Amino acid sequence: MRLSRPARAVLAALTGIILAVIYLPLIVVLINSFSTSTNLTWPPPGLTLEWWVKAFRNEGALNAIATSVQIAIVATLVSLVLGTLISLALQRFAFFGRDAVSLLVILPIALPGIITGIALNNAFRTILGIQLSIATVIIAHATFCIVTVFNNVIARLRRVGMNFEEASADLGAGLWTTFRLVTFPQLRSALFAGGLLAFALSFDEIIVTTFTAGSSVKTLPIWILDNLFRPNQAPIVNVIAVVLVLVSIVPIYVAQRLAGAEKVTR
Amino acid sequence: MSVDRPAIRLRGLTKSFGAGNAVDGVDLDIVEGEFFSMLGPSGSGKTTVLRLIAGFEQPTSGTVSLQGEDVTDRAPFDRDVNTVFQDYALFPHMTVLDNVAYGLRVRGVGRRERRERARAALDTVRLGGFGDRKPGQLSGGQRQRVALARATVVQPKVLLLDEPLGALDLKLREQMQVELKELQRELGITFIFVTHDQEEALTLSDRIAVFNEGRIEQLGTPAEIYDHPISPFVAAFVGTSNVFSDELSLRVLGRGGIHSVRPEKMTVARLESPISGDRSAPGILAEVIYLGSSTRIIVDLDAGMRVVVQEQNDARRVGDEERGARVRVAWSDLDTVTIVADRHADSLDPTP
Repeated sequence: MRLSRPARAVLAALTGIILAVIYLPLIVVLINSFSTSTNLTWPPPGLTLEWWVKAFRNEGALNAIATSVQIAIVATLVSLVLGTLISLALQRFAFFGRDAVSLLVILPIALPGIITGIALNNAFRTILGIQLSIATVIIAHATFCIVTVFNNVIARLRRVGMNFEEASADLGAGLWTTFRLVTFPQLRSALFAGGLLAFALSFDEIIVTTFTAGSSVKTLPIWILDNLFRPNQAPIVNVIAVVLVLVSIVPIYVAQRLAGAEKVTR
Repeated sequence: MSVDRPAIRLRGLTKSFGAGNAVDGVDLDIVEGEFFSMLGPSGSGKTTVLRLIAGFEQPTSGTVSLQGEDVTDRAPFDRDVNTVFQDYALFPHMTVLDNVAYGLRVRGVGRRERRERARAALDTVRLGGFGDRKPGQLSGGQRQRVALARATVVQPKVLLLDEPLGALDLKLREQMQVELKELQRELGITFIFVTHDQEEALTLSDRIAVFNEGRIEQLGTPAEIYDHPISPFVAAFVGTSNVFSDELSLRVLGRGGIHSVRPEKMTVARLESPISGDRSAPGILAEVIYLGSSTRIIVDLDAGMRVVVQEQNDARRVGDEERGARVRVAWSDLDTVTIVADRHADSLDPTP
């Protein structure tokens, strides 16, 4: 498609503005992480590496990162297993209530976090009588992380169809062998994409976490919120934010490369 | 070949999807070593019968027996039949060699032996050097041959082929037909071939079952099916036929019943030229279609019917008829096939 020169100029300008709105604030965070001011004044009065050194010695921040990673990994693994199973059930078998189950699986991602949080808090503490802990956070996160895995896997299953599985069975392979040698390899990149999203969802979740974590469990987002408005801590929060941005770029880049490579081979 | 233990025996096989019966009480015995075709339009139930034999579908009622053994309740991996799928269904993440070796792998055949046997199978389909490629790097015809090698390397008793040539272009299809026939002779196993292409079925098969609306309309050798169709459906579906209804038969042939005449058994001549057969009918020439080796001529008979005539393009053919010309269509009564016998033979005068 060809566009006229003015149209191209307008679209280019719009794109520039939108990207600027997204990324300039991130650059401000980056610069502030080197600022000598403790209350984030702009422009920074001077530059220092002090906060970077302090951040990497801050036990609270490091513990919070470890907790968040731990929760995200376990919640992602749980979602990968359950999401794959439910996708296979819904896509490969016909049974009563299939559409209802499909809707119920997707619903948690659309529910306001505060509702999910209050409901789970209530269920865990008053009904089941369970102490809030890292385990309750993982269960809570898995309820919506499962959706990203489910969506990716079911879309892949739909596209691949049943032909390969039938061919495998026809050649003498039982259900498990067929899954291991034929279905799973077809799902690998969908599982990777779904798992990556699930990890990201869990890692920066704050509302549901607040209601299901209790006072002893501090995830990174909760730690950031706690420390943001404390005197002297704001620059450290900036450092952590910059690290997180840099760390996030890696999986997104990998996922994009994978998606691109797949298009070429198909 | 044993008659009491056929390779495949179907009894009262019925499969319903929702309201209608896709397969409706099919009884069929397929002899060992036979090249058997199931021919019919789409939706006639032929593919469903194939899937019932393979075990991908469970029948609503009826039984499937292989070699005298009831396998109706067995899973696909527990049946000694293999399928060549319409779209080949080659595993895209495996090499060609791994695809062919797959059936041996899941049967626990050792790595070295299965690779050897897979290579040998690839050689028989003339794809010796292609083992390391991925299916995506092959042409349609090559993929077709890989699918054949994959299904035959495990030495099934019966090979099911679901419109395997449907995706190929005409030239390749004709070539693959010959190869299929040769492969079947070489392996000596039963082939069950599903197709909607009547020409393909006639060329390849020892016997054909013509399917219509979930039932077998006619079962017989290609010659029986072509020369003696037993219903107007078979006459019209297998090749082209000029089918005379009861009323038209009375008018043109002078007897009731339903009759059919193949286009290549008829000739067209000018009205005043001598009649070449013992049956003839006047009409108006509607269309002349040149087909290379032959010419198709469409004539609207005065009796109120359109017939198709196909004549070889040799020196004797009168090629200069014009559309709208008065002509006479002639044929021999020997070539008139009675599909439904005359019900009022006694009450009517037989002379035209």
